[in-house]
Amino acid sequence: MSTGGNYYFVIVGHHDNPLFEMDFSPTTKEVKKEDHSYLNQFIAHAALDLIDEHVWKTNNMYLKIVDKFNDWFVSAFITGSQIRFIMLHDCKNDDGIKSFFWEMFEMYIKYSMNPFYVQNTKIISPTFEKKSSLYGRKYLVG
Amino acid sequence: MSRQTSRIADPKKVNSELFNLTYGSLVSQLVKDYENPEDVNKNLDRMGYNIGIRIIEDFLARTNFPRCGDMRDAADKIQQAFKMYLGLNPSIGNWSGASDEFSLTFETTPFAEFVELPDSCSNLKYANILPGVIRGACEMVQIEVQSWIQQDTLKGDNVTEIRVRFIKKLEDAMPAGED
Repeated sequence: MSTGGNYYFVIVGHHDNPLFEMDFSPTTKEVKKEDHSYLNQFIAHAALDLIDEHVWKTNNMYLKIVDKFNDWFVSAFITGSQIRFIMLHDCKNDDGIKSFFWEMFEMYIKYSMNPFYVQNTKIISPTFEKKSSLYGRKYLVG
Repeated sequence: MSRQTSRIADPKKVNSELFNLTYGSLVSQLVKDYENPEDVNKNLDRMGYNIGIRIIEDFLARTNFPRCGDMRDAADKIQQAFKMYLGLNPSIGNWSGASDEFSLTFETTPFAEFVELPDSCSNLKYANILPGVIRGACEMVQIEVQSWIQQDTLKGDNVTEIRVRFIKKLEDAMPAGED
């Protein structure tokens, strides 16, 4: 029985730096024994080269699944200014992930229009986090 | 047969998002240069003052309003100026007992469409250029006023409120040495 429904979302900047990270998982009854966040970062980082290749093969912003690592699939979305959104997931959920990416894209646009935000720096905003977890629950886990 | 009504608005309009982004980059550059939000507030006020002393000529040329009788008149004209230049509709209220102090209330802070103040700038008055404009414009028509931002939606208040207080009428001073 697969551990369905785990997602790891990261927004990566131009210098391969993470700007925003968030985990989504179905409400589990037992507490996670080990924290695998380092592994998630590793998988996402390894997928960056493949994403950069895929970017030139298509006109779309949503790149679907670009990589696979053991049980994890890697989906990606790239914005006009080459900011990469990466989603690690263990079960296929194309529509949900696509909708989630588009909502995050809209939020990212609004956030980057803030004159006080410097591009390619960490996104620190309680509203951004709240909305992300809301969309995550709506499109990914729910 | 229709006749085009004379437009007092400038036919060369600019996109409001572009304008807001321009103002935003101005404020964020000031923040980087001065580092202290209080200095930024003072400079925005000074810049507003410089705009105000010039824009009053344009305003009177377009509208031909006669001299204001009292502050209620002045408040009304200021409200019309906001409508004319920025397309904003502040409401006037909170008059003091002696009718020499009032508030212009906006639903949201002007120019602050996508703005979230960072923690380092919590006492930055983002739209502080506006009280400066009001002060400069009034000074050119011989009214000295004090103007400041009382409430700000960027800081969590319900509305943005600019308060204007009448200080005195300015008399032209005779240069020293003449009677």
